[in-house]
This record gives sequence, C-alpha cells and structure tokens, in this order.
Amino acid sequence: MNLHEYQAREILRRHGIPVPPGEVATTPAEARAIADRLGGKVVVKAQVHAGGRGKAGGVKLARTAAEAEAHAKAILGMTIKGLTVHKVLIAPAAEIASESYVGIIVDRASQRPVLMVSPAGGIDIEEVAAKTPEKIHRLAIDPRYGLLPHQALTLGFTLYTDVKQARAAADIMQKLYVAVYAVGASLAEINPLVTTPDGSVQALDAKIAIDDNELERRPDIAALRDPTAEAPEEVAAREAGLTFIKLDGTVGCCVNGAGLAMATMDLVKYYGGEPANFLDIGGSSNPQKVVSALRIITSDPRVRVILFNIFGGITRTDDVANGIVQATRESSLKVPMVLRLTGTNQELAVEILTKAGFQALTDMDEAVKQAVALAKGKAA
Amino acid sequence: MSIFIDQSTRLLVQGITGRDGSFHAKQMMAYGTTVVAGVTPGKGGQRFEDSVPVFNTVADAVRETRANTAVIYVPAAVAASAIFEAADAGLELIVCITEGIPVLDMTRVLPFVHERGARLIGPNCPGLISPGKSKVGIIPGNICEPGKIGVVSRSGTLTYEIIHQLSTHGMGQSTCVGIGGDPLIGTNFVHCLTAFEADPDTAAMVMIGEIGGTDEQQAADFVRRNVSKPVVGFIAGQTAPPGRRMGHAGAIISGSSGTAAEKMQALEKAGIGVMKRPADVVPLLKSARI
Repeated sequence: MNLHEYQAREILRRHGIPVPPGEVATTPAEARAIADRLGGKVVVKAQVHAGGRGKAGGVKLARTAAEAEAHAKAILGMTIKGLTVHKVLIAPAAEIASESYVGIIVDRASQRPVLMVSPAGGIDIEEVAAKTPEKIHRLAIDPRYGLLPHQALTLGFTLYTDVKQARAAADIMQKLYVAVYAVGASLAEINPLVTTPDGSVQALDAKIAIDDNELERRPDIAALRDPTAEAPEEVAAREAGLTFIKLDGTVGCCVNGAGLAMATMDLVKYYGGEPANFLDIGGSSNPQKVVSALRIITSDPRVRVILFNIFGGITRTDDVANGIVQATRESSLKVPMVLRLTGTNQELAVEILTKAGFQALTDMDEAVKQAVALAKGKAA
Repeated sequence: MSIFIDQSTRLLVQGITGRDGSFHAKQMMAYGTTVVAGVTPGKGGQRFEDSVPVFNTVADAVRETRANTAVIYVPAAVAASAIFEAADAGLELIVCITEGIPVLDMTRVLPFVHERGARLIGPNCPGLISPGKSKVGIIPGNICEPGKIGVVSRSGTLTYEIIHQLSTHGMGQSTCVGIGGDPLIGTNFVHCLTAFEADPDTAAMVMIGEIGGTDEQQAADFVRRNVSKPVVGFIAGQTAPPGRRMGHAGAIISGSSGTAAEKMQALEKAGIGVMKRPADVVPLLKSARI
C-alpha cells in the first residue's frame, strides 16, 4: 500500500525527523486559507500515487494565496498517469542550498534492510543508479543491532563535510530506520533531503510504501488507505478477497493462484490475444468469490470473453463449477465464457457444468486458444 | 534418492488442530508421510486422529518423538514465531506454508534460522514432495509420479500444472519443491539446483520462476558454472505491467529490473531450455535426451 506524501511526512515528523510545515487541501478555498496561514511563497503539490508529478504539471509554485488557490483549482481533478487528483499539499517554498537522497528498502539479495544515500538528490534514484552509480552509497543493516551510530555518521559524511550537518543527517537516518520497522514499511525514502541557507537539514519530500502483510496488525496504518486514489475495480476486488489488476486487453481471466494467473495471461498473448486483467481467486472455493470475480471482470466493457483456468489442488474444481453455475444464474452474462478445470474432482466439475449447459475443457492451451478466437471473432 | 525429504523424514505439524493444519496433516498421512507429532499450545496430551501425539511446544515434541522436520500451518500473525520456535528446537528442515508474513519479520527470522543450521523452505509456499516417499506441505500427491525429474518453483498451482504435464507424459519426479512467492525466502533456486545436481536419482531439472528480483538470473549463472544435468526453465509474467504486485509479494517488476524478458534471456545464455508456455516442458526435456 502506497502512502501519500503528506501521510509519509506526518510519519517522519512523528519519529522526530525535521519536516517543514505543510497542510492538505481538498478544495481551492482550503488551499488559499492554508497559503494565507503559512504566508509567503508556497508550493501546491498533487497527492497521487504516481511518480513524475512535476513533469505532469502537478507541482506549482505560488507567490500569493490567490495564486495558490488558482493552482489548486487547476491541479485538483487533473489526471496523472490515470489517477485523479483529490488532494493537494500546500507547503512553504523552501530555500534550498543542497539536495540529497536517503532511502531504506528491504533488499532481496542480502535479505536485509538496505540504507541508500546519495548526494545526488531531488531526482529519481533509479536514474542516479543507472547514470552515476558511484554516487550511491549502500549499507545492509543487521536487524539484530539496527543502524549503528558510527555507520549512520559515516554515511552522513558522504553527504556533508560539515560535522553538524553530517550528524543531523545521521540522526535522520537512524530515525528513518526506526520508522520503517514501526510502521511496517517496505520502502521509505526522503527525496530530497535538503539543507537550507541557514544550514539546517530537513526532509522536504517523502515516500513510504507499506508491506500489505503488515496492515492487519497495524489498524492505524491501514486506516491511511485512500480508496479514491486507486482504480475502483481494484478496491472492489480487495474487498471481495480477490487480487485483481486491470490491463488493457479483451480476454478476461479468472485463475486460481498468482503464478498460474500470470502464465495464463502470457499464454493469451502467445496465442495472439490480449489479457484484460490479472485475477487470482485464491485457494478458496467459495462460490461467492466466483460471483464477485465475474462481476468485476464484466464491469470492463472491453472484455469480450471470460476465461476460467482452474487447477484444482486444494481448491476443489466441483466447488468452482458450482460457483460458476450460481453466478450465472444470478445475473446473465453478455459475453461468452471458456472454462478449463483440471485436478481435484474434475469429473464432477465437468458433469456439473455440462448439466448447466456449459462446455468444460481440461487442457489449458485448448482453452486459451478458444478464448482468443472468441475475443477476436466478436471484435471483428 | 530425492532431495530434502524421503522415507527417513519424521514430520512434526505446527498448527495440527487448526483448519488447514488438520486437513493437510490427514492428507500427508494418507500419502504415507511419517507424521510423528503435532504442536498446538494448550492441546498438549491430546491425540490427532487417535494416533499422532499433540504437544504444547515444539521442544517437547522433538524430545519425545525425534522429529527432524517441521511443517507450519499457523496463521500469518504467529507464523514468524513458529519458525523461530522450530529452529530453536533444533529441527533440520522447516517448511512454512503460511502466506502473509511481513517481510520485516523475515529479516529477523532468516539470520536466526541460518545460525542454528536449519533449512527453511518458504514461507508462502506449497511445500515439497518426493513422490512415493514423503510429502510435506500441500502439493496434491495424486498428480505426481515417482521418477527422475527435479522440479523447483516459486509458484503453487503453476507448479501443479507443470507436474501434471510431466506425469501425464510418463516423466516422473524425484522431488518437487515450491520455494515460495515472497521476497525473502529461506531456500532459493541455487540451493535446490545444488541438491538436485548432487542427487544421483535426479536426471534433469525444471525451474519455474516469475517476475521480480534476480534469483533466476543468479540460478542461471550457477547452472552455467556448476550444473552438468539438463535444465529447462519457465518464467511467468511476460505480460505483467511494471510496478504492480502480481499476487505474490515477490512478483513485482521494479524499475527496469526483474522483468520476464531479462530472466528468460539470462536462462538462455546459460544454456537452459526456455519454455514459452507450460506445455513446452515435455518436448524440451525430450530434446535434452534424458
């Protein structure tokens, strides 16, 4: 789960990291009132889960409160990478002497949290990594001891020669590390970490992603989820206990298991079709899940065929077959279905589906070929 | 032979009285796995299915039954703790089926397990099976056949699909290992390929990877340097969009790394036969003349 910048800033502030003031507005009038309160020049920043906000016109400098209101009016409601902006952050336009980067991710190779710092801040760290990898300093942290003071200070000196600033940066790194474990973050970035003309070190912009597996035990963090910042089908899928990701094709896919779901999408492409989605109905055979899955898939008007690919291991294919029959009884489908069920109780499943007037296949390639042909036939 | 589990496996089931644990304990017993103990705190002294003794702690169970392998079916909230407990009790092999363990918990679990010399498989995995000998986890026994192909995979049902292809074409398996779909796992491709290479009863290997991370690339490099037996591979997620988690916590393309194309290229370079679709597994293995 991604947090908005203003939420990430609040978490940093709570952990004692110096963050410049700033408030969130949902209307241009609110933006104006905040700008008035802050006084002076402000920045109006779109709060969306997408990178490249600045390039998309989602970050604007305002000299007056009236200008802040005008910018907010333009930014609120605009679309950045398919996501509508519902909130803007109003923050004082800081005078910046230098920009650096500090980030912590969990690294798969070392199996540890890795602290990354770079004096080249303010731009995408992936770009720095690609163009000037020597400007990134990495440290794998031993979680048994945490980030030790001398380690943080050593990295602080890679950013600043002034000892006060190096210490301030080291302090921020240690607090960021504590924050990562406290909120269950899979990624926490301060970009840029700035120095101001008076020499202070501050976190100007922050990005935090929370490990979805942490949300159950952290209701306070889970409450930060902003459903308006996500695609509505994906919100509906999550509430139904399904994993769904929307794509641009015409073949709707309903599969059990994430790996098989990806392989099914790949096979659709292999046979010349385009998958409309990734959907994993999981290990449960609950017919209600099948009903929800069908509703979500068919809410996309581009879908021309629905392909089921179920490999019954723990999931009983007869349960899924019953779910399909029940779902189609509740609301009739406007698009054809191709059903493939193999594994546990497949004979029963085929019998249930045949009785209900469906054709059931047992071969994955055969099913995908049929689905692609149907999608193309209708499209032509 | 086989890898990691065989007839000498003496299995302990953590969470044996739970919904999933009890169901799969019965399935494993029916398959012929030697299930020697169960653990559920507060239910010590009971017997599962009138035969398997249940203990309050893993340490008690190990002392009384000489269990050497643990399988974990407890809920995600207590699964990290269950792995700590199993490693502390001296078990050599720990298989964690549970899905949804926070990755930061795993940063603490893995060094602990490693220091105690245990092998962890998973978490978020279907476990493993040495057909005809022992099954630890949830891979359906009826789709497997004893034979000479070693299978290692990050996935669940996709693995079953490929095992099914093998079995229906007369290609049995020595051991099938599901290593799990999380970013931090105890046993990776290289560990399994090393064991398969050393196993005299494994003639060829199938590795099933997916987008995210660089495990497959490292495995490819390892195969090029150290593996003499034929290896074929599949990578799921060729059509996955970058930046989106495809179900598994580990299946995510970050930036430009971890794509299926990158991984398939790495496998090809290492001389691994790359499947374009699951049904290619049998013809590719046949062309490797095993």
